[in-house]
Amino acid sequence: MFQNLTDRLTAIFSRLTNRGALTEADVDAALREVRLALLEADVNFKVVKEFLARVRERAVGKDVLSSLTPGQMVVKIVLEELTALLGGARADIPLSGRVPNVIVLVGLQGSGKTTAAAKLASHYKSKGRHPLLVAADVYRPAAGDQLETLGAEIGVPVHRHDGADPVDIARESLRVAKDRLRDLVIVDTAGRLHVDDAMMDEAARIIQAVAPDAVLMVVDAMTGQDAVNAASAFAERVPFDGVIVTKLDGDARGGAALSVRAVTGRPIVFASVGERLDALEPFRPDAMARRILGMGDVVGLIDKAQAAFDEETARKAEERLRAGTFTLDDFLEQLRSVKKMGPLKDVLRMLPGAAKLPKDFEVDEGALKRTEAIITSMTKAERAKPSIINGSRRQRIAAGAGVSVFEVNQVLKQYAEAQRLMKRLAALQPQGKKGRRGVRLPGPWGFPG
Amino acid sequence: MSAAWFDKLSDGLSRTRVTIQSRIAAAVGASRAVDDAFFDGIEEALVLADVGATAAAEIVGNLRQAVRRERVREPEAALDLLVDLVAQEFPQPVDDPLDDLPAVVLLVGVNGSGKTTTAGKLAAEARAAGRTVVIGSADTYRAAAIEQLRVWAGRAGAHVVERERGADPAAVAFDAVAHGMEAGADLVLVDTAGRLHTSKDLMEELKKVDRVVRKRSAAPVKSLLVIDATAGQNALQQAREFHAALGLDGVVLTKLDGTAKGGIVVAVARELGLPVVRIGVGEGVDDMHSFDAREFARALVGAPS
Ligand SMILES: Nc1nc2c(ncn2[C@@H]2O[C@H](COP(=O)(O)OP(=O)(O)OP(=O)(O)O)[C@@H](O)[C@H]2O)c(=O)[nH]1
Ligand SMILES: Nc1nc2c(ncn2[C@@H]2O[C@H](COP(=O)(O)OP(=O)(O)OP(=O)(O)O)[C@@H](O)[C@H]2O)c(=O)[nH]1
Ligand SMILES: [Mg+2]
Ligand SMILES: [Mg+2]
Repeated sequence: MFQNLTDRLTAIFSRLTNRGALTEADVDAALREVRLALLEADVNFKVVKEFLARVRERAVGKDVLSSLTPGQMVVKIVLEELTALLGGARADIPLSGRVPNVIVLVGLQGSGKTTAAAKLASHYKSKGRHPLLVAADVYRPAAGDQLETLGAEIGVPVHRHDGADPVDIARESLRVAKDRLRDLVIVDTAGRLHVDDAMMDEAARIIQAVAPDAVLMVVDAMTGQDAVNAASAFAERVPFDGVIVTKLDGDARGGAALSVRAVTGRPIVFASVGERLDALEPFRPDAMARRILGMGDVVGLIDKAQAAFDEETARKAEERLRAGTFTLDDFLEQLRSVKKMGPLKDVLRMLPGAAKLPKDFEVDEGALKRTEAIITSMTKAERAKPSIINGSRRQRIAAGAGVSVFEVNQVLKQYAEAQRLMKRLAALQPQGKKGRRGVRLPGPWGFPG
Repeated sequence: MSAAWFDKLSDGLSRTRVTIQSRIAAAVGASRAVDDAFFDGIEEALVLADVGATAAAEIVGNLRQAVRRERVREPEAALDLLVDLVAQEFPQPVDDPLDDLPAVVLLVGVNGSGKTTTAGKLAAEARAAGRTVVIGSADTYRAAAIEQLRVWAGRAGAHVVERERGADPAAVAFDAVAHGMEAGADLVLVDTAGRLHTSKDLMEELKKVDRVVRKRSAAPVKSLLVIDATAGQNALQQAREFHAALGLDGVVLTKLDGTAKGGIVVAVARELGLPVVRIGVGEGVDDMHSFDAREFARALVGAPS
């Protein structure tokens, strides 16, 4: 149903360009499509209005009107403006030098605060910090149990004092942190409505009591138009320093992120992409801009690839390739790196044009596993020198991997293709810049390198 | 349900919501005549209420026609027409799937929408009507989901059927239905884990829960999708996917005590013909009402009731 914006605009403009020179009115016709796309993405009505005024100013310049590809030009401008509005560069949470540092999480009910608290704790723990989680939600049934369970999962202590005043709990947590030598306090607060005076007042008092380094508002990516009301009310009563957008693992376009950014000016610092406690990523304005417009996320793909392919391995593979010794072992290593990027389906979803994939689009995730099984069923000698794999060896390998000979043949063919592709890529790669980005994505899946 | 239904939602809250509501009413009421500015104001109000740009444009198109047909000149009268138009989007009359007991009711939806809270409120409602209630804790995934449900069951006076965290949700659901049948309970509620409709595995898991429950239950099985009123256009996609997986019987719209209007249920009703059976208006056990399409339509555009 949601057609890619570029396609839509290209269609409009090709209709228009057939008629001759483009006019400002034509740009307005295109901007109506952009408006619709933004509203469908849940960007707030008023934010859309202001945003389009800015885009229009740029779009009626000569660039678009004289462009051979006006549709793409408009998309480019929209993307640039969106990215700039969403934050331009990547933001971070500034933590002061004091001990302990304090972070407080606030937000509407069910947005994902408690989960995010545990994720942040895990994130900072992996960076060598010693967090203390604080259960300052005494209202929601079992909120303390929830945080304690999550804390136990990641090996982070939890301070709770059910029945006490949340302001007192927050205040005493600072002492607890000092006693237990924790250098970072993360306070989980109850979900509250921005129109609930008493609860907003409580949040303000919690913040006053602990004077946090950062207050973060947790915002559900599925939020609609009301995000601006909630965010501006929070910004007023409990001035927050940054935003965590949650539930981005779904297919919500997440226009609320733009709305919140636009009306509060606060940076979005993290993206939460799942229920698991490791599903927290730095926020990327460019990826979010593309997502809002229903376009692919090439940068995200490259990030994922960079995280998964360790540079050393990639560099070694490259060297072997240059030396003409890219073996099936190297191929296996590459495969495993691809696997580390997460389910192939998610990876493919990040590609441009993914919006056009059918809803129930499926990837044979088992194929990677079978390929792995096939290669591991080969002997060392076979892996080093695939040319020795004759008919009877193929049968043995197939039996060992529990697949058909046909599938073994396919893997060997893929390997040969990968080898050819890598040779071509290596030839294209300027010498002397080895391993800088370190990412090459060879193999039968045809990712853009 | 009283006429001041929507005002009652703000019990105990500040007047902020009223201010915001009247702001929208002002956007609509600013025009003295039923002119383009008036229609633009209506469209804006509908979009701001999360009805969706497409549905809003269609509704305004229909309103223009109705206004012409009925030769309406006053904005107030045009608003009445609008309320009719929006209210008509909801299927009616609605058989309350929660009135027709005994029954087994599955509560499903995305993460954090209010399923467990709704289970507690529904249990309390049925208990207050003298019914016996069993709740199955089929969210075996989320941390402390079981403990949370226990508290709610305690408040409502319902019996909980549970297994340890990580257990098969279908097995718990089966146990709950079996226990409900044996004990002659009027209502068995099954609280399920939050899941995004995009997760194939979790949707399959849910289908299995549904299958197992239907197999075991002698009473009719209903499934209700719990939608957060703050949700935007994605909720329509949620409804489509959950409906395709389970065949939904209705929607519960939660968190209407905030400033969000929950207009996406208009789109859900239009496309899927699903009724809204309850609305959630707070975190207390009594903070739930039945749904009135006309009152809802009025609140949606900030029309005076
Ligand atoms: N799919 C998905 N689910 C999430 C994400 N973050 C949180 N959740 C889920 O959302 C639900 C609510 O999360 P919580 O962390 O309990 O939310 P909260 O804001 O603390 O809720 P309250 O304390 O009741 O206001 C849970 O089911 C979480 O597992 C995310 O990024 N993706
Ligand atoms: N203000 C308000 N809060 C609500 C309402 N319904 C639920 N909540 C709150 O929303 C948060 C999430 O509610 P839950 O019932 O735990 O939601 P859930 O769908 O079971 O969540 P998961 O099981 O994690 O997917 C809690 O803080 C509830 O108190 C409502 O009608 N109004
Ligand atoms: Mg919480
Ligand atoms: Mg729940």
